[in-house]
Amino acid sequence: MAYVFDFGQVVSGEYGEWLVTGLVTTLKVSGLAIVLSSLLGTAVAILRLSKVRPLVWASAAFTEFFRNTPLLVQIFFWYFGSYSVLPTVVNDWLARQDFEFACGVIALTVYTAAFIAEEIRSGIFSIPKTQLEASRACGLSFLQAMVYVVLPQAFRVIIPPLISQFLNLLKNSSLVMTIGVMDLTYMARQIEAHTFHGFEAFTVSTLMYLTISLIVSLAVNVYNRRVLHVRSR
Amino acid sequence: MHWNVVFKNFDYFLIGAYPKGPLGGLAMTVILAVVGIFGAFWLGLGIGLLRISKKRWLRWPAMVYIEILRGTPLLMVVFWFYFLAPVLLGKTLPEAESTVVALIVFTSAYIAEIVRAGVESLPKGQMEAARSTGLSHVQTMTHVILPQALFNMIPSFVNQFVSLTKDTSLAFIIGVNELTKAATQVNSRTLTAPTEIFITIALLYFVICYCLTELSRRLEKHINRYQARTR
Repeated sequence: MAYVFDFGQVVSGEYGEWLVTGLVTTLKVSGLAIVLSSLLGTAVAILRLSKVRPLVWASAAFTEFFRNTPLLVQIFFWYFGSYSVLPTVVNDWLARQDFEFACGVIALTVYTAAFIAEEIRSGIFSIPKTQLEASRACGLSFLQAMVYVVLPQAFRVIIPPLISQFLNLLKNSSLVMTIGVMDLTYMARQIEAHTFHGFEAFTVSTLMYLTISLIVSLAVNVYNRRVLHVRSR
Repeated sequence: MHWNVVFKNFDYFLIGAYPKGPLGGLAMTVILAVVGIFGAFWLGLGIGLLRISKKRWLRWPAMVYIEILRGTPLLMVVFWFYFLAPVLLGKTLPEAESTVVALIVFTSAYIAEIVRAGVESLPKGQMEAARSTGLSHVQTMTHVILPQALFNMIPSFVNQFVSLTKDTSLAFIIGVNELTKAATQVNSRTLTAPTEIFITIALLYFVICYCLTELSRRLEKHINRYQARTR
């Protein structure tokens, strides 16, 4: 039996609505994880650059461990295995949330924070050491020197790699379907199961991911050219 | 804690039911990753060379290929090959094979970018000097440019191999018997020790990936000393 392509069924009516709801969930998960992982990643990077040994070790262990294990395993850990290691307060709080959604966001946040911490660290290294020394000499504390002098300069260089990490996060967010978060990939899979028109469902959802990625990377190229004066070939 | 669950099933995590049953666990993960990186290297090398070609009709298709794959989640690519192979080929591919193909195609786009970056970071003089000694363009590429470019890019290839090793965990979603699948199987069979099981699995992946990451760092330091530079 020949396969009949039917895009109309997938993009309109009930199934079309599924895809849009899925896209909204994907954007929600990613958006939340982007904000949280930026904060966590910056904190981890600053700990790594502090001169206090135990903090440096803790931060290094954090980045190494979470960068070198698969996101999927981390998602399963938070979903199945976090109950017995987290404090009761956190467990109670999690139980009151949408549990799958919260686990997805936590896993994506922690995983991406490890990458973001590395990007920020290399960005800060690219700022000459004298900047920090000069601001310390002016009487700023380490934290003040970081927040007011080094970080603002570093972020200018960090922004492009940071945004590509955010894009990775968006793409990685497709893995949360495995624990039952109804994101774009989950919905495409669902339509495949309902209608057997997997080809159309996967094409449309791939195009959605692709559109977001391409628009954002175009914007990064413009930023590189305008602000950093890097010529891309 | 129920660490005895982990001890009892540790050989299942490492090699699956082998030799009495099919190979699985960590061994399968390593096989997927090694076959994947081997295929992705050659495909990526080809596409990377097309990408830096001067001819527009060679460069553009390669660019579209790279941009599409880099903008798509790997899970989508895995599903594409798994669910669409029957539509296009008329028969289903076995899970492991279809995952390997998906991993190769997906990773090749990233390898192509590494190849491009490697060639473009070489000083222009290398190409010009080789051409002026009478080598053809192809000879220059195979004897002068690529050996240097690929050598300089070894750390990036190793990093890509680390990513690929982590990515093989996605094979679980379509049902390939590998490490993550072994973990979920043992977890649903015992139900008492999810924390211990997933920590063990994470550590197994970590050992492999961390060794490779460390290797790539050492290589990078070593290679930086011998690079041809524009100065």
